[in-house]
Amino acid sequence: MATESEELESLVNRRYEHGFVTDIEMDTLPPGLNEDVIRAISARKNEPEFMLEWRLKAYRMWLQMREPEWAHVHYPPIDFDAISYFAAPKSDADRPKSLDEVDPKLLETYDKLGIPLHERARLAGVAVDAVFDSVSVATTFKEKLSEAGVIFCSFSEAVENHPELVRKYLGSVVPQRDNYYAALNSAVFSDGSFVYVPKGVRCPMELSTYFRINSANTGQFERTLIIADEGSYVSYLEGCTAPMRDENQLHAAVVELVALKDAEIKYSTVQNWYPGDEEGKGGIYNFVTKRGDCRGANSKISWTQVETGSAITWKYPSCILRGDNSVGEFYSVAVANNFQQADTGTKMIHIGKNTSSTIVSKGISAGKAQNAYRGLVKVMPQADGARNHTQCDSLLIGKECGAHTFPYMEIKNQGAKVEHEATTSKISADQLFYCRQRGLSEEDAVNMIVNGFCKEVFNELPMEFAVEAQALLNVSLEGAVG
Amino acid sequence: MLDIKNLSASVGGAEILHDLSLSVGTGEVHAIMGPNGSGKSTLAQVIAGRDDYEVTGGSVTLDGEDLLDLDPEERAREGVFLGFQYPVEIPGVNNAYLLKAAVNAQRAHRGLDEIDAFEFLKLAKEKMALLGMDQKFLNRGVNEGFSGGEKKRNEILQMAMLEPRLAILDETDSGLDIDALKAVAHGVNALRSPERSIVLVTHYQRLLDYIQPDHVHVLSGGKIVRSGDKTLATELEERGYDWLKEAANG
Ligand SMILES: Nc1ncnc2c1ncn2[C@@H]1O[C@H](COP(=O)(O)OP(=O)(O)OP(=O)(O)O)[C@@H](O)[C@H]1O
Ligand SMILES: [Mg+2]
Repeated sequence: MATESEELESLVNRRYEHGFVTDIEMDTLPPGLNEDVIRAISARKNEPEFMLEWRLKAYRMWLQMREPEWAHVHYPPIDFDAISYFAAPKSDADRPKSLDEVDPKLLETYDKLGIPLHERARLAGVAVDAVFDSVSVATTFKEKLSEAGVIFCSFSEAVENHPELVRKYLGSVVPQRDNYYAALNSAVFSDGSFVYVPKGVRCPMELSTYFRINSANTGQFERTLIIADEGSYVSYLEGCTAPMRDENQLHAAVVELVALKDAEIKYSTVQNWYPGDEEGKGGIYNFVTKRGDCRGANSKISWTQVETGSAITWKYPSCILRGDNSVGEFYSVAVANNFQQADTGTKMIHIGKNTSSTIVSKGISAGKAQNAYRGLVKVMPQADGARNHTQCDSLLIGKECGAHTFPYMEIKNQGAKVEHEATTSKISADQLFYCRQRGLSEEDAVNMIVNGFCKEVFNELPMEFAVEAQALLNVSLEGAVG
Repeated sequence: MLDIKNLSASVGGAEILHDLSLSVGTGEVHAIMGPNGSGKSTLAQVIAGRDDYEVTGGSVTLDGEDLLDLDPEERAREGVFLGFQYPVEIPGVNNAYLLKAAVNAQRAHRGLDEIDAFEFLKLAKEKMALLGMDQKFLNRGVNEGFSGGEKKRNEILQMAMLEPRLAILDETDSGLDIDALKAVAHGVNALRSPERSIVLVTHYQRLLDYIQPDHVHVLSGGKIVRSGDKTLATELEERGYDWLKEAANG
């Protein structure tokens, strides 16, 4: 008689599908970090003086800082001198002006990832900015967007073409000294995406970026900045993946969102960085700072994330609810399997009056994985009428995994209404047998039950990506019972 | 159709079914009655393939095919349906989604294409009307927050959609109000056909007023201790089980 737990544990054997390495010439800086490296990065990107100064300032701050130790994750110390801080495909010397000019091998890579740019270009409504290692490779739909006045380009192009916007908003949400990894990113970030939606404009399509780490021993430090001017709306999706490697790779991104008066930003992430193998070897360290600033009255920022990858995830997309009546939302599915460690959650900082926030976190742990939710709800004294609702649900598959919930609350206004609900459940043998008795395979049954558990979050994803997220979840838990 | 020969099964080290034999012919309806804890649900679950139960002897065949060799899902696709005594809740999973997945699993097994979404909905609505079920149940989570009676009706809906060869209904009548009982009986009777066999596990003669069984068996202490026609049910209603237990022991 196979016990429930034995069965469930054997279900947890998944193959990573995106583990191929693209063989193209790379222009890589030698490993190590010092001021010269930063100058070299800045020079290669032909940056204006203010950018170099900004980077150097961040670097000097970083030198004074220490790696955080409080997250519920464990990893050997990172040797920051063993990492190379810049890798661009060689063909970067003359940047591709259109898709036709992109290295075909690179396009092939995207094909393997299931992101055929040409295909996507034809699919109505999705613009894709693809970041390959450090440099943004191709941005589609730029023209259609620029008709609407929307700027959607790589960060480097923004520095070149819209320096005034970059200067005004860069670091205004996540300052250089915010935390250890944010400071490092500020010093060495190579590229990323930039979005500006002008006043009153509803962005005519979903914007989307795919990230992929390719070179060995390369850190990826991308920087995303999205500004929604008054009364505008934009929905943005990032998808991430990386090849299989035995060494761990570092990914330390910073995302800054600014929503001005009456503006709304919807930011969705489907993250599938390589998680390491069944023994816990290799995988991405995903240390990311994501923060949105509801700067104007009646503004709204929603984070939706589906995190299935990375060896270690350390990530807390946050909202600063500064404008009166502003709204922050966080919907998250985090899957941790085998030896993955996920420490993720959100921060909602209520400053304006009548601000409200909603947190829905779904954590799934399988194998030997540890999954922690860490959330902070902070209500400032002046934030009259602040409301928060937090719901944290954990689902365990097997016996050796763990789920941890760390809700922090700092309430400085007596009138605030803050609610917290938490549940932990298991996929029961009864549920599995019930589904199998109706003819479903064990694997389909597990997928169905897990998808049901995540439903509230998937409902928040744009349609075409909800399907992708579900498929990804199924891959992540492939073999988790059976 | 269903042939059970000298079946013994145990759970957690304790033998629950002892050398049990039972034969259900094609097109027949059998009722199994018996005291609490006598092994009725155990028998139903063993037939459906729940692996918490260890079969220590005997055989179970469906139209000559050995069921004990098959996984639960394979048995289901072969047309074995179990209406659960305690249907489980699956939060967030759309009732219609499970229903469709079940129908498609069976169709795939028979080499048929997936059912067309429109066709599926039409069929589901038809069956629900037959059972007096509100269509809103299609979009609720599987059994999520359903009342006891609603869960039982939902089991019958699944059965009606799957049109099994062999349906085993484990106390589907328990917890039903009189209208629901009639609706469920109606659903079962609608499925009665010369190609299909039905096994009703029940405690109450009442159900058998609506669904006339061809045979009635009494399961006690892990064996069939008495079989008869439907008058046996009436007799049990009057006399209880003690006289049979004594007879079996003596
Ligand atoms: N996991 C288990 N470990 C030990 N004994 C068990 C286990 N599961 C069931 N049993 C026992 O097996 C016996 C038969 O149970 P079963 O559920 O088949 O009875 P039943 O005839 O369906 O009863 P009821 O009419 O109350 O539904 C009971 O005595 C029960 O306690
Ligand atoms: Mg029972």
